Amino acid sequence: MTSPTAAVIRTESRLFARERLSLFWIVLFPSLLLGVLGLIPSFREESADLGGRSLIDLYVPVTVLLSMIMASIMTMPATLTGYRESGILRRLGTTPARPSSILLGQVLVHAAAVAASSVIVVLLGRVAFGTPLPGSIAGYAVAYVLALLVSLGIGAAITAASPNAKTGQVVGMVAFFPCMFTAGVYFPVEVFGGTVRDVISLTPYGAASNALNDATGGSFPELVDLAVMGGWAVVLYLIAVRIFRWE
Amino acid sequence: MHQEREPAVVIDGLRKTYGEKVAVDEISLNVYEGEIFGILGPNGAGKSTTVESIAGLRVGDRGRIRVHGIDPWTDRAAVTEVLGVQLQEAKLQPKITVQEALELWSAFYPDPEPWSPLAERLGLGDHLQQRFEDLSGGQQQRLSIALALIGRPRVVVLDELTTGLDPRARREVWDLVRDVRERGVTVILVTHSMEEAQTLCDRIAIVDSGRIRALDTPAGLIDAGTAATITTFDTSAAIDLVSLRELDGVTAARSENGTVTVEGAEGVALAVIEALRTQGVAPQRLRIAAGSLDAAYLDLTETHQEATR
Repeated sequence: MTSPTAAVIRTESRLFARERLSLFWIVLFPSLLLGVLGLIPSFREESADLGGRSLIDLYVPVTVLLSMIMASIMTMPATLTGYRESGILRRLGTTPARPSSILLGQVLVHAAAVAASSVIVVLLGRVAFGTPLPGSIAGYAVAYVLALLVSLGIGAAITAASPNAKTGQVVGMVAFFPCMFTAGVYFPVEVFGGTVRDVISLTPYGAASNALNDATGGSFPELVDLAVMGGWAVVLYLIAVRIFRWE
Repeated sequence: MHQEREPAVVIDGLRKTYGEKVAVDEISLNVYEGEIFGILGPNGAGKSTTVESIAGLRVGDRGRIRVHGIDPWTDRAAVTEVLGVQLQEAKLQPKITVQEALELWSAFYPDPEPWSPLAERLGLGDHLQQRFEDLSGGQQQRLSIALALIGRPRVVVLDELTTGLDPRARREVWDLVRDVRERGVTVILVTHSMEEAQTLCDRIAIVDSGRIRALDTPAGLIDAGTAATITTFDTSAAIDLVSLRELDGVTAARSENGTVTVEGAEGVALAVIEALRTQGVAPQRLRIAAGSLDAAYLDLTETHQEATR
């Protein structure tokens, strides 16, 4: 591991470990939220309306998505727009290392943090609240990877669309609340029915939420949800690649 | 003497526009191996665009650049192996330590210079564990120079390297640049500081509005200016400035609080003394000094501004 790209990735992981605030929001906050909600007795009651599951069961996939939102909307665009603004990308362009290696490094460290957060959340749900582990491992894996890809796509598009770090923060905040809502952080999307549910299912996190829930319940996610995530991911990356500027 | 050496960098007819704005307009120059070549000019003159084109960060609309025979526009990867660049106001990751940055940059090159002695020589030895965001401006600048040198480049570009440094840090960085040249590295120094260019450079290109206004040694530029020599003296007697101004070669004469300053071509000093003797004035504290690059620079950039106005 002595190639310039590997060295950049190693350095970015080391630097990311120093970002306590980012680590808190991505890794700690989702399980903290799950823990607090789990303390409310009514959240732990199984309900026939929810197909025999409890609210806290629904919140396990939701908090998985929450860490993706934190990573790809709050922290990654802020870091990357900062790097661009302070000339780090430009500076790397004058060395044998490619400036894209630092983007790759950031994507990888954020993905790793999200993965760690997800493992903690799923284990916490299982151990503390008896939430069953994902019934369809393959289905969960597919849904999870697609959800992560579309999240990072949102982050990439925000980074590309923001001329500087300040704008990045504003755009991030604007995108943050709809994402939180459709992911079901405020209340699981399962409680909605009819048209509202259908519309939410067309958003990246609405579809992600459906797919993760299906896989948790033991069935393979519906193809339409996977297609919605895949479609969003393609569109977002195309936008990001098209409008991204190195300086 | 330069012509006998190999050119390290060749710029031939470089032109670069951003939309309507012409940033660089037909710049051609050769930088020879082992020299410190200055690119001097006001802000927005096209200096940074020129060096960014040398580094391959920008591709000119027209023209040709070669760095030791390599075309930076088509073969940027190869150029990065022979060219070290310190970019204007380019920072590093805020939380990276000095040592981490040096190690990271070392990993970029096949045969890097050992970073430890380099850091020592740049006065960074005691700051290896300090984060970039906690370094002073001078320390950040010196780290940036270290990173530009770590890959053993044959040519190094230093863009506005002493901007924002205090006078002492400036002198230290200047010594360092001379040091780098001693080791056989060609230096391209971009600056808007006359003093810096005059102190360090073997040759200077004065650039304004995207064109080269003059290209010569510092002494050559000063001699060509309208104030090659400056004669000053004190006197309590009334001075006929008009008659001084009419002397051959005099470009300016002024009197301030009993101190008279006469600027002009070489040989003006003798004419002034002669004229004073005829006027029966005894000059005190008479001084004759070589003109500075300031005057030559202002001549070259200002006359142009008036011409285009």
